[in-house]
Amino acid sequence: MYEPSRLRLSDLARLGGYGLRSRPLRAVLSALGIAIGIAAMTAVVGISASSRAHLDRELARLGTNLLTVSPGTTMLGEPAALPDESVSMIKRIGPVLSATATGVLAEVHAYRTDRIPAAQSGGLSVLAARLDVRETVGAELDHGAWLNAATDRYPAAVLGATAAERLGDVPAVHIGGRWWTVVGVLRKVPLAPELDSAVLIGWPAATAYLGFDGHPTTVYTRSVESRVEAVRAVLAATANPAAPGEAMVSKPSEALTARRAANATFTALLLGLGAVALLVGGIGVANTMVISVLERRGEIGLRRSLGATRGQVRIQFVAESLLLSLIGGAAGVLLGCLVTGTYATTQRWPTVVPPWVLVGGVGATVVIGAIAGLYPAIRAARLAPTEALAAS
Amino acid sequence: MNTPLVELTGVTRTYPGGVTALHSVDLVVEYGELSAIVGPSGSGKSTMLHLIGTLDRPSRGTVRIDGHDVASLSDRRVSALRARRIGFVFQQFHLAAGRDALGNVADGLLYTGAGRRERRRRAEAALARVGLADRLTHRPHQLSGGERQRVAIARAVAGDPPLLLADEPTGNLDSVAGLGVLELLRGLNSAGTTVLVITHDHEIAQSLPRRVSLRDGRVARDV
Repeated sequence: MYEPSRLRLSDLARLGGYGLRSRPLRAVLSALGIAIGIAAMTAVVGISASSRAHLDRELARLGTNLLTVSPGTTMLGEPAALPDESVSMIKRIGPVLSATATGVLAEVHAYRTDRIPAAQSGGLSVLAARLDVRETVGAELDHGAWLNAATDRYPAAVLGATAAERLGDVPAVHIGGRWWTVVGVLRKVPLAPELDSAVLIGWPAATAYLGFDGHPTTVYTRSVESRVEAVRAVLAATANPAAPGEAMVSKPSEALTARRAANATFTALLLGLGAVALLVGGIGVANTMVISVLERRGEIGLRRSLGATRGQVRIQFVAESLLLSLIGGAAGVLLGCLVTGTYATTQRWPTVVPPWVLVGGVGATVVIGAIAGLYPAIRAARLAPTEALAAS
Repeated sequence: MNTPLVELTGVTRTYPGGVTALHSVDLVVEYGELSAIVGPSGSGKSTMLHLIGTLDRPSRGTVRIDGHDVASLSDRRVSALRARRIGFVFQQFHLAAGRDALGNVADGLLYTGAGRRERRRRAEAALARVGLADRLTHRPHQLSGGERQRVAIARAVAGDPPLLLADEPTGNLDSVAGLGVLELLRGLNSAGTTVLVITHDHEIAQSLPRRVSLRDGRVARDV
């Protein structure tokens, strides 16, 4: 009695390889379909993961413990004001680490020179800033210096990043009929974008030269990280005990967190598109395999005459299909990583490709290869040896 | 008593559609024979080859190879029987275009369970046996027709099967190459292999010790 011997895995892999090598162009083209699908999905996930990693890093650097308080409107719809003491009252809340403020000088504007018509204020605001504002909001200097105990009493100004762009590289700006020396320029402040388009001057100088009323319009406060929500709950009432409803509290880091969530939704959509590309690639592989089986009936007949069982013919074609899509998948993952790396580098993001994408990408191709190859392989195995031999 | 290598008893093969290619044929082939199955096209000799080669099963009657009733064996076991007991040589050679002679022959042993190194060693020996020791790395398109058929014969005998079935082995060759191939088959026979040559060519048949003539699906003459 004879028992068929098993095909070794190495022989099976080699068999699949021979089949592909006999039609290299066709193999490359159908592997390309899979590669594009996998590359698209890898790149989508990789780019979004890199972007998230960038945002996370940004959040970690900026901290999520900054809260701001600004006056809203009164019940009658008029602009409200915060009491002058709000900053010192907020400082007395236990977990609060620092509290500071800026105040808008509503009727005052900054100009590049004294020749510019008053209406062309360029959308820039003039803010009186406490000395510790910079540290609390985490603003960094692009060049020059921040206000200090001396310069905040005299006509000296620090420009926000956008303000500096609009005014240009000037030694002084014209505010309220007087020249104010520019002592420094800030970089963009992600947690306090309102500072970007502002010209910042010292609190005492604003009072002395521009008739500033001393009402804070934005209070910035950092708290102990774990108690931020507790502080948030009492912040409005502390800032304006007489009318807590007129004080608006916000958490600037939430805008960044929201961006992160929006990003995830978009990623899901693109991932779906990548999956469609992958499906089309899989159909390409199935098509290639069907044609291959039709063309190779002579080979199938020969192998049957050499003693191949139906199962061995079947597994040969499945192996070929698996190999084809695995090559495509590996190339796709590689291409996707390359695209992610290039894009992330140009955006100055860290390059992150989650390991599950690599595993998932290759895993998906294995599944696709098996499904695409199964039907053609079954057809090949069902072919009667005499019929297969007669075909050539 | 010795069991014959091939034993057909009352074998009839009717194809779907009603064409009967073989009518109640009896045939016994003993070990060590060198025989021709000869007949014009349509006489049923291809059907006979498929039945002896276990590639097909009879509609009626029994086919015994090496004492095993083919009808009682599953497709898997019949495949294993082919892998170990029967070698085929075809008119169209059936060589893989992309692989060299050694690869083609070694591939023929894939289903015998031999390891890769063993397959290549035996393939090399088989190629030497057919006189192609210096053509191991040639691909089919670099070989002449006669050489290609020798590679196919090497593939068929690499596993040392007792039975070699040659289906019109000289059909695609010129007469010189054809004579060479016949000479080779005779050599293999004298080394112990039972060789059955299926042919329509009476000249070739005349040169072999035994001739089974088929006509309209029946054995007309057996000398």
